[in-house]
Amino acid sequence: MIDKTTNQKAWFLVLPVVVLVAFNALIPLMTVVNYSVQETFGNNVFFFEGVKWFEQILHSERFHASLLRQLSFTGIILLIEVPLGVAIALAMPKKGPWVSVCLVLMALPLLIPWNVVGAMWNIFALPEIGLLGKMINGLGFDYNFTQQPLAAWFTTILMDVWHWTSLVVLLAYAGLSSIPDAYYQAARIDGASAWSVFRYIQLPKMKRVLTIAILLRFMDSFMIYTEPFVLTGGGPGNTTTFLSIDLVKIALGQFDLGPAAAMSLIYFLIILLLSWIFYTLMMRNEEK
Amino acid sequence: MILSWMAWTWPTTAFFIFIVLAIATMGVWEHFSPGGGPRRGVLGLDTTRGDRLFISIIGSAFIHLGWLGFMGTPLWGALAISIIFLISVFRWV
Repeated sequence: MIDKTTNQKAWFLVLPVVVLVAFNALIPLMTVVNYSVQETFGNNVFFFEGVKWFEQILHSERFHASLLRQLSFTGIILLIEVPLGVAIALAMPKKGPWVSVCLVLMALPLLIPWNVVGAMWNIFALPEIGLLGKMINGLGFDYNFTQQPLAAWFTTILMDVWHWTSLVVLLAYAGLSSIPDAYYQAARIDGASAWSVFRYIQLPKMKRVLTIAILLRFMDSFMIYTEPFVLTGGGPGNTTTFLSIDLVKIALGQFDLGPAAAMSLIYFLIILLLSWIFYTLMMRNEEK
Repeated sequence: MILSWMAWTWPTTAFFIFIVLAIATMGVWEHFSPGGGPRRGVLGLDTTRGDRLFISIIGSAFIHLGWLGFMGTPLWGALAISIIFLISVFRWV
């Protein structure tokens, strides 16, 4: 029997992380909570307003509209990226020299800085000079993402799919590679169809990585800022103004720190709740 | 004052003191009854005391927001519902 010695000094090793988290997360968050109940005209002078800003944000048509746009955007890209990512992962070679080529090609979009992605797609989709924009117009469609809401949404979604489907592909591919050959041999002996192999072998084996993929894509797309900001600037009008773009407009554009703080807390609570639900569902699946 | 940029107010200070006290209470509770009291509650979730505190706090936040959105101020009703919610979560979830 080994006697365990208790040494509480190990707690000091955690101290740097605690300090780091305090300075980059806790103190700013506390400041936002403080701002959310006050009005300021700058110069570090504040007036207490109670829950006025929360009430204002909850009744604000503008907030409802951005939230709806945000939920629609996240829903649409998840519906496209997850099935598409799984399909690409299934189509990728399992062995041979092409594996590395495919993996590198898939990883490329993930390595590009977000503002560069926005700038690239902006130029790519310009109706007069961009390759994509010119081509769509050449096919006879009237396409101008700087003026038509539908075209702006189409371009933003296409850009996000281009940028982030790779993440789902790589995760799904990792899940697929972990399946032993014996499973496929057994399926062949039983005469299983391609669909049965997918439904009863590949999909269950990918479940864990797909949950992580969905969680990551959900959180990232819910917080999306840079790419649509560079691509459309939230326009035309407000049609691609997602929550974070709207938040920055209120906080920095109008310098309404109180309402912006209240809005960011509501935004934070929504993300926290949805992530907790995803996480709990993931853990329940794990048990089964 | 060095903390003036953080724009502290008494209500928000009280709020954070409450959060810190809640966490400290959990620590003391854990010290006297270790293990976190895990169980499977009415929602079919495996929760420990910490999970139940988290569910209570985030639930209370949404109860207050909902009350503010539909009924407006004052928030005493929301506070009462939150306390009932907290007791129910610690009792049954």
